[in-house]
Amino acid sequence: MLEREKADYLKLLYWMMLTRAVDDRSVTLSKLGKIPGTIFSQKGHEAISVGAACALSDTDVVAPLHRDLGAYLVRGMTPGRIFSQAMARVGSPSQGRDVNTHGMGDLELGIIGYVSHLPQSMTVALGAAFSFQYRKEPRIALTFTGDGASSEGAFSESLNLAAVLKLPIVFVLEDNQYAYSTPSKYQYATPDLVSRAAAFGLPGVTVSGNNILDVQKVVTDAINRARNGKGPTLIKANTMRMEGHALHDSAAYVPTELLDKWRKNDPISNYKTLLHKNQLLDDKAEKLLIEQIKQEVSDGVMWAENSPFPDPSTLTDGVYA
Amino acid sequence: MPEITFLEAINQALRQEMRADETVFILGQDVGVLGGAFKATEGLFDEFGRERVIDTPMCEYAFSGLASGAALMGLRPIVEFQFADFISTGFDPIVQFAATHHYRQRNPLPIVFRAPWGGGSHAGPFHSQCPESWFAHTAGLKVVIPSNPYDAKGLLVSAIRDPNPVIFFEPKYLYRSQRGEVPSNLYTVQLGSANITRTGIDLSIITYGAMVPEATTAAEMLSKSGISCEVIDLRTISPLDSEMILDSVKKTGKVLILHEARKTVGIGAEIAAIISEHAFQYLDAPIVRITAPDTPVPYSPPLERAYRPNSNRVAEAARRLCDF
Repeated sequence: MLEREKADYLKLLYWMMLTRAVDDRSVTLSKLGKIPGTIFSQKGHEAISVGAACALSDTDVVAPLHRDLGAYLVRGMTPGRIFSQAMARVGSPSQGRDVNTHGMGDLELGIIGYVSHLPQSMTVALGAAFSFQYRKEPRIALTFTGDGASSEGAFSESLNLAAVLKLPIVFVLEDNQYAYSTPSKYQYATPDLVSRAAAFGLPGVTVSGNNILDVQKVVTDAINRARNGKGPTLIKANTMRMEGHALHDSAAYVPTELLDKWRKNDPISNYKTLLHKNQLLDDKAEKLLIEQIKQEVSDGVMWAENSPFPDPSTLTDGVYA
Repeated sequence: MPEITFLEAINQALRQEMRADETVFILGQDVGVLGGAFKATEGLFDEFGRERVIDTPMCEYAFSGLASGAALMGLRPIVEFQFADFISTGFDPIVQFAATHHYRQRNPLPIVFRAPWGGGSHAGPFHSQCPESWFAHTAGLKVVIPSNPYDAKGLLVSAIRDPNPVIFFEPKYLYRSQRGEVPSNLYTVQLGSANITRTGIDLSIITYGAMVPEATTAAEMLSKSGISCEVIDLRTISPLDSEMILDSVKKTGKVLILHEARKTVGIGAEIAAIISEHAFQYLDAPIVRITAPDTPVPYSPPLERAYRPNSNRVAEAARRLCDF
């Protein structure tokens, strides 16, 4: 536990707390009528997105999905730009053309945006990994997928192609037990979803998605493997989607007992307890952290509010490069 | 100037662009050792190796998506589909990710999706299709269909250098049947620009791909009866060269649109609409469309001959149009 610098441990907490704070404020902004579309809750996914992104090097590329807000933040996407995207402002990464975390890419930050057809991110990340192999660069690509997306054909095609070409790529499958209203038992019949990896000839590793240190460790191992020319890895991170599919969804179809059970296993609370127990965090430091994040979030909202809506006269701009 | 086939022109464009630009690579099924099902990539594996001419598993979805990721990282992928019919299995990453990417994210996405296209070779419902309308209806894609070796090379070079995803359909009926003079050096033919392959004053035949030779034959037949046809080879289906179409209509006042694809919601419908919107007062007769019927492409030669438009049908329709 103590082999790393204290600051490294605190940084993980900071990113997870910032993720949740941006998430919470987004809900508030939506209630205030400032978000024309919807947003996707991050609750339950913070340790996966932050843990995985913190394992990357600066020159690596990540293709995050809708519950990977933490990865965007870790790569340097500011809260202001994130709010402005949901608020449909011109200063957002898609200049108001794409909704919430969709299409929130920024190549300078090494982020490739996603489209709603989630398994496409696996295929696009294959291309980034391919380009690194093509140019013999020591870089890797990391992307996320989910229990629902795992049933799509592109999931299987991507694992197969990655393994055949031995590409430097890491797939993190976030199994949050529900794809919209469909529970895992109606999504796949295998008792162990990660066994799909073996079927395609790549290693598969399962990790607790609510334990950020474990996530970071298995992702780091997979990244090292990829960087050393040993090919792709599939990591399955288990968690629970703690809210509905999107803001409109009450998720009444999820048994209350299941949520209660997972509420006791919150990734941020877990980690805070661990840090307190190891004297890496005290109440004073925690309070400071909360204050700092609150300020950053408020600054972000202000930045987004100051960004105008796009001018309708720009409607047809940029269809072609 | 050396005379080569349509297929050799494609091969030359690929080879010369790969020599000129090391970010260009080819991937697809059987493009390497075999040189492609139609030999369009023949010899490229030997010259550029497995790193740049990549035989993939059968996974059109995955390799179409891979192309987008590679393009975002600065490469220029050329994806070969074995047949235009098989592009449907790679449809999603093309129309959802690639086509919309620049509008949403403002990154160039230089990809060419190539495919042998069209019928006439008794290959049945799943090796003969003309799916250009699927892509022309999608914002953000360019759709190119050449009709002769010179254009094939020049348009393909332009497509490879274009910063947008380009669907490049090659009429496989013309692969070996069409020969023409092609400069041995690299040159470009501009995307989005149609070409008047024959000037005339009595009617305009607007066509593309493998129907251009049929239109030319029909025009020659008609000229013997004193009918002077203008033939427009669109070359690029999306974006359309509306200006050239309208200029020709304003001159002739009579329009025959000819394509190998099916009629309903085909490119011809769009062209007819553009003419009605912008040149209605110049028309001397209703617009005529000669297309395939709204059926799958049949296999049996008598059925396929009935399915596919040809010069005789064009000439007949043109005569009726001139008599209007």
